[in-house]
Amino acid sequence: MSGWEVVIGLEIHAQLATKSKIFSGSATAYGAPPNTQADLIDLAYPGVLPVLNVEAVRMAVKFGLAIGAAVAQRSVFARKNYFYPDLPKGYQISQYELPVVARGSLKVMLDDGTVKTVGITRAHLEEDAGKSLHEGLANATGIDLNRAGTPLLEIVSEPDMRSAKEAVAYMKKIHTLVRYLEICDGNMQEGSFRCDANVSVRPKGREKFGTRAEIKNLNSFRFVEKAIQYEVARQIELIESGGTVVQETRLYDSDKDETRSMRSKEEANDYRYFPDPDLLPLEITPSFIEDVRATLPELPDDKAGRFARVFALSAYDAGVLCASRELGAYFESVVAGLRAAAGAHALSGTHASHAKLAANWVMGELSSALNRDNVDIKDSRVSAPQLTGLLLRIVDETISGKIAKEVFEAMWSEGKPADAIIEANGLRQITDSGAIEAVIDAVIAANPKQLADYRAGKDKLFGFFVGQVMKATSGKANPAQLNELLKTKLDGAEHA
Amino acid sequence: MLHNLNIGELADRLGKRQISSVELTRHFLGRIERLNPALNAFITLTATQALQDAASADRRLKMGERGPLLGIPLIHKDILCTEGVRTSCGSRMLDNFVAPYDATVVARLKVAGTVMLGKSNMDEFAMGSSNETSYYGPVKNPWNTAKVPGGSSGGSAAATAARLAPFATGTDTGGSIRQPAALTGVTGLKPTYGRVSRFGLVAFASSLDQAGVFARSAADAAAVLQVMAGFDPKDSTSVDAPVPDYSAALGASLKGLKIGLLREFFDGLEARNAALIHDALKIYRSLGAETLEVSLPHLPLSVPTYYVVAPAECSSNLSRFDGVRYGYRCDHPKDLADLYTRSRGEGFGAEVKRRIMTGTYVLSAGYFDAYYLKAQKVRRLITDDFRAAFEQVDLVISPTTPTPAFDIGAKMHDPVTMYLNDIYTIGANLAGLPGVSLPCGFVDELPMGLQLVGPHFSESRLLNAAHQFQQATDWHRHAPRGYE
Repeated sequence: MSGWEVVIGLEIHAQLATKSKIFSGSATAYGAPPNTQADLIDLAYPGVLPVLNVEAVRMAVKFGLAIGAAVAQRSVFARKNYFYPDLPKGYQISQYELPVVARGSLKVMLDDGTVKTVGITRAHLEEDAGKSLHEGLANATGIDLNRAGTPLLEIVSEPDMRSAKEAVAYMKKIHTLVRYLEICDGNMQEGSFRCDANVSVRPKGREKFGTRAEIKNLNSFRFVEKAIQYEVARQIELIESGGTVVQETRLYDSDKDETRSMRSKEEANDYRYFPDPDLLPLEITPSFIEDVRATLPELPDDKAGRFARVFALSAYDAGVLCASRELGAYFESVVAGLRAAAGAHALSGTHASHAKLAANWVMGELSSALNRDNVDIKDSRVSAPQLTGLLLRIVDETISGKIAKEVFEAMWSEGKPADAIIEANGLRQITDSGAIEAVIDAVIAANPKQLADYRAGKDKLFGFFVGQVMKATSGKANPAQLNELLKTKLDGAEHA
Repeated sequence: MLHNLNIGELADRLGKRQISSVELTRHFLGRIERLNPALNAFITLTATQALQDAASADRRLKMGERGPLLGIPLIHKDILCTEGVRTSCGSRMLDNFVAPYDATVVARLKVAGTVMLGKSNMDEFAMGSSNETSYYGPVKNPWNTAKVPGGSSGGSAAATAARLAPFATGTDTGGSIRQPAALTGVTGLKPTYGRVSRFGLVAFASSLDQAGVFARSAADAAAVLQVMAGFDPKDSTSVDAPVPDYSAALGASLKGLKIGLLREFFDGLEARNAALIHDALKIYRSLGAETLEVSLPHLPLSVPTYYVVAPAECSSNLSRFDGVRYGYRCDHPKDLADLYTRSRGEGFGAEVKRRIMTGTYVLSAGYFDAYYLKAQKVRRLITDDFRAAFEQVDLVISPTTPTPAFDIGAKMHDPVTMYLNDIYTIGANLAGLPGVSLPCGFVDELPMGLQLVGPHFSESRLLNAAHQFQQATDWHRHAPRGYE
């Protein structure tokens, strides 16, 4: 690896979330029985003509505005000609020389917290192809044209990424953005969001790019990372053993974790692009652009900046909370709930401490539960008001943070509010000093050796006593009170 | 006789219930049965459906409804999709293809109450100038059955000339209405690109194709265009502009109308042909029009330009005929490549294959700039030439074809000579302009046509100029012997 620089560019295909297809009135919903969402236009019957779906244009413009790109006032649909059974017309309608979105850029936060700007060369509108079905058909291939004509936005990056991890970070950022903009559902299993990766290597310090290979159709972040890692290693090994990389298209086999050659440059299709004479050039007026601009939501970077500023969160935490619009909204809802309750009941704690508490819980317990059970935030079994209810019991010291984690698990599995679980299980914290003192006395009396050792200077035994008291109270003793009282007892006796 | 009445007269008699649509339909079906075997103008006859449609038109008439085309029979070129009726495009590829929908043009004419007698023969996928490339055999010219009727809409032209229907639809990509209209002595109108919907017109060259009409007079053509024209949301290239009353425009005087004679068109034109145009100019002058010479310097490049642009588009448009979803499929394909190769190899005829290969070539990497892009630039220059000419004149006039109808088989071996038949007509397609061909005399006992071309959306002016000529002459009333 050392001595080599990796160069990666991505072509991301985001399926636009329009109700109907880009050039026909058929529905785009996923999972319908084969060929039930394909009309005469999708089937490319003789004589039919495409009519552009303006919603797809609106979504493309939305994306262009979000990456600070120039939206082309005039762009052109072109035909990409090749034969394949799942391509009914024998050509794909795409955009070639004049795309709807010109150059823009995106800021991507890397794992080490640094921010990298990735250039976006262009984004263009095109139609998807159908699917060939091989399963369950003896000696035949089935064709399902439900997907044919589904609108795609192809987002082409500059070759700005320098590692598989950077590529994944960039792809995740685009994924976040298109879902924020509500122009793509981002569902990678269903193929709504996928990418091709262009990968090359060059000796460090050299300006000229190496020969690249294009890895097709990667439909998970993990596959993108692994496919690129494999491909980089393959290319370096090849060059170091005296070979040369050839320009070709490769496929990633996730079962074997390797990329395989699909076709070389020589075998590549000549797509014979030319402007589609059935469609007029796409003219976008400034007022159309302004109308779309007015519908832009708060963008992820703006939201993260606001979170960091208003809630005094670290840039990293703010970024994590803004990874999806729903997560950010959940967090904000919890903070607002805490704040409202704090105002009403004069609870302790500052606005910032509430935000920090909410952030820790949303990024910690909630996110791990969602991940563990593979549940989407919008289907979370603990709603934002419910989590607020739990955190309020921490703030008002009804329960400790440790007990709260148990309560959360019970809420997650039983779907009940925090208070009900606390009451039913008697988890209310013991804050009565006398009661805590009684337990402390009993514990000290039962452990004379440890007491002697502690007093002889083994400070670490303080923790032992805390543990014993907690054990005796089933963890319900108020930790702050316990600490204070225990210290007084242990130290006070010394001086007594 | 009924078949010599014009559309206005037929509508009048239908309206007065002097004849019924069923009687009229029977009359034309009888003529078709008797006269078509010598002409081969049809690919499909729809007699049964026609009589039902006529009966339904009669019911509408009986209820008091009136319309300029209500109950009038017609023939559709077999390139327009007709629901439930085979739409073959003159090709083996679509010999088994029954369209599941109506082309917009067909639907509009259906709503107007027309009665379809059948689908007319044509050059395969509209590629040809003689109707000899049809999978269903050549159409014969009713003026002389040893001669071609022109193409590609040869069946519609021959049937209209032979009075097998009052009118017929056609499509014109490089002259496919005007050239056969000229060679069969009828009036043929190609509207402005975008005036008539292309939805359901099986595409040959999308940027050039336009549906139009064959009729026996400009007045009849005006009545038909009235129904065909108009914006169609299903065709992004159709134009959302108001449709004027074409028939109402027919009375206007030609006084002061400026007609441009295209200098480039007369180089090498045969004297007898040129004389007919000069006779026509005299008539126009007598009607008060001014005639002057204009030049379209890039027009001589129109044929090579067309034979780059049209094949390029056709090579892509015809890719959908792959044996997968409809149309011809070869027997027992070994694999996918075999399915494609043999389905297309066996389904398409020689001329279609020639154009697909030409088009594939001019779009290929390394040739695109030299051919396709260059042709687009020349196309722009030709369009600009016309625009400049229309700053000086209102219409331009030329012969429609360099010669009258030629012998069947005479040019089939030599595609370039065949392509030169379209030398006068192609310019209007490249520039998207409306053009009309009307009978203007005879050479060797064969009809000749003159062509008028106007600016975009000048159909009213064009049709009126044609109508005024037909008021002053009777060339359009001549019928071929045996078809009077």
